[in-house]
Amino acid sequence: MIGRDLLGIEDLDRDEIERILDTAGHMCEIGTRDVKKVPTLRGRTIINLFFEASTRTRASFEIAGKRLSADVINFSPSSSSLKKAESILDTAKTLDAMDPDAVVVRHGVAGVPRRIADVLDAPVINAGDGAHEHPTQALLDCFTVRQVKGRIDGLTVTIVGDILHSRVARSNIHVFRKLGAEVRVAAPPTMIPADIEPTFGVKAFTSLRESLEGTDVVMALRIQNERLEGAFFPSVREYSATFGSDRAKLQYAKEDAIVMHPGPINRGVELSHDLADHRPSVILDQVRNGVALRMAVLYLFAGRPRAAAVAGGTG
Amino acid sequence: MTRILLRGGRLLDPGDDTDAVCDLLIEDGRIVGRGNDLRVEGATVLDVAGRWVAPGFIDLHSHLREPGQEYKEDIATGGRSAAAGGFTAVACMANTHPVNDDPATTDFILDRAEHDSPARVYPVAAATKGLEGKVMTEMAALVAAGARAFSDDGKTIMDSGVMRRVFEYSRLVDAPVITHAEDRTLVAGGVVNEGPVSTRLGLPGNPGLAEVVHISRDLMLARATGAHLHVAHVSTRGGVEQIRMARDLGVHVTAEVTPHHLTLTDEEALEFDTNAKVAPPLRSADDRDACRAGLADGTLDAIATDHAPHALHEKELDFREAPPGMIGFETAVGVTLELVRSGELAPLEWVRRLSTHPARILRVAGGTLARDSIADVTIVDPERAWIFDPAKGFSKSGNSPWAGRALVGRATHTIVGGRLVYDLERGILT
Repeated sequence: MIGRDLLGIEDLDRDEIERILDTAGHMCEIGTRDVKKVPTLRGRTIINLFFEASTRTRASFEIAGKRLSADVINFSPSSSSLKKAESILDTAKTLDAMDPDAVVVRHGVAGVPRRIADVLDAPVINAGDGAHEHPTQALLDCFTVRQVKGRIDGLTVTIVGDILHSRVARSNIHVFRKLGAEVRVAAPPTMIPADIEPTFGVKAFTSLRESLEGTDVVMALRIQNERLEGAFFPSVREYSATFGSDRAKLQYAKEDAIVMHPGPINRGVELSHDLADHRPSVILDQVRNGVALRMAVLYLFAGRPRAAAVAGGTG
Repeated sequence: MTRILLRGGRLLDPGDDTDAVCDLLIEDGRIVGRGNDLRVEGATVLDVAGRWVAPGFIDLHSHLREPGQEYKEDIATGGRSAAAGGFTAVACMANTHPVNDDPATTDFILDRAEHDSPARVYPVAAATKGLEGKVMTEMAALVAAGARAFSDDGKTIMDSGVMRRVFEYSRLVDAPVITHAEDRTLVAGGVVNEGPVSTRLGLPGNPGLAEVVHISRDLMLARATGAHLHVAHVSTRGGVEQIRMARDLGVHVTAEVTPHHLTLTDEEALEFDTNAKVAPPLRSADDRDACRAGLADGTLDAIATDHAPHALHEKELDFREAPPGMIGFETAVGVTLELVRSGELAPLEWVRRLSTHPARILRVAGGTLARDSIADVTIVDPERAWIFDPAKGFSKSGNSPWAGRALVGRATHTIVGGRLVYDLERGILT
């Protein structure tokens, strides 16, 4: 039984993860039809509550909801009404009083979806909280790898880039570890979180080459130039030279290794152009699968009878 | 003439190392005698058999929020909460609005305390004007008005040149300079201890290094100037080690540790509970154990609560925006008695760190039950099991990680200046 909320991969067990991935597999076909709509969530209301700007994730959730015939409302409190003193919980409770069937939350600070879930009747789906978790991204990444490789067990996945500030990295570490993959992270020492090896059971590298040896999956993360340059790494040029991936560096990985990126890409920084656009890149598969995966999540979390959903768990 | 006879309690007086079952007689605000089976005409007799009778507990570190933030706490409610926790006196930090950086504000606080607070209040004045870390305050005038120590507390003075002058100048007034030792450039926005917890939660980490580096700077400045440095709320193994080394070098340093840093770890934050957000942050189990050992071996002199009330709507903000701090007066006894039960502190040593040492650090009366000393007395039932419910407490705020938790040990009576101001059964007595 899956819990009421989807707050993070850390809370899920292997069976729950596989159930979500299997459901996403069934959803894929809907996206290939001429009429990309099924009545599954007709009459259900889903609120996208995005405190932090997002284009891709929000669009992906919106399309997923609409393909299932749900009514999707986007709510993005403006930054002006988000002054410190204003309570996020008040905003959430206000929306809850409109009886949505699920609230999809994104916030710039870790833990906010959990705090919101504590006060809401509706199920909460975390669409990214600070540097904590981004569970649907990790699930769609995992789904994509399984689609291409046929399995997760026994694979080696290397996540490259700003691990310290990345919710995508954290959720992916959890999901791939739980499904039996070996996970490595590679970054300049300034961007590797404290005690990551014992905390997450991963191996940390400060040499890209060493981290790629024997790797099946290379996952590059977006580097936030504007915020981090000078403080966490000296320059984009140096970052690109040491941790950017291109075809030459990919030679260190397994011959059939694939390249992933959660987007949006800084071209020429994390990934060279040719690597971003062509196989072995599966970046557009990730985006496509993102819709199917989020359909599965909405179906599983927003599609339950309301009373059962409320009684179903503590989140 | 008012007389109180405390009958049959276990007298714990670090002043002369007494630990014995004995009666204690109080008369007109003074301790006048002790002995077995004292019989006194006209005395109010309190049967305190099975209880501990100690010189009044003195809290070196608290925030009473008045003037300026009375929605969190005021001197009346903070003073009542202190008395209910067994504290006969509390020192209050200067981060009020306006800041306690001039004699008029110090005077206001003392005036309020005299009228409204059952516990004594010792104002800690700002070390620099407006807590801005630039211009030092008029220490002589502030001491004349009643300030007992100087500190910019959480607004740590980062400018080492300013800090040096503050230390030097403080020798003029013979008052301790209290530092909240965290290098802000190393804290860098961190809100939980840097380590496995910050890594798991994806919250910005505050490294223990920020404290260790800053403590060592202040120790060297204190050494060079001969000032009395009091290090607030030590939270790290490295901090304890630095203080131990400096004391061996002859530095005039004292230090305190909070009940929360003695008993909790950063794992309290794993559910994103903002009641576990405090500055400095809750640290690792290793740091906590080092603080306990440091308190036991005397490297850390005192237990201080850092009682820091915040309103519910403030603690309901997200973990980054929510203000740091927790209330602590009423839970301090129950929380820290854990160290007595575990054998880490003898009862007498526990009392020394709550009473005798704080009195000496602030250069105030108390800390002893010797004849003719002021009759500030705390009576504790070390066995009493209870559940802390902030709604039943005296503070205006309820931000405590111990809310709803079971504690063992509680203050049952608080006597200030020979007058019973708190009785567990009857509450605050006015």
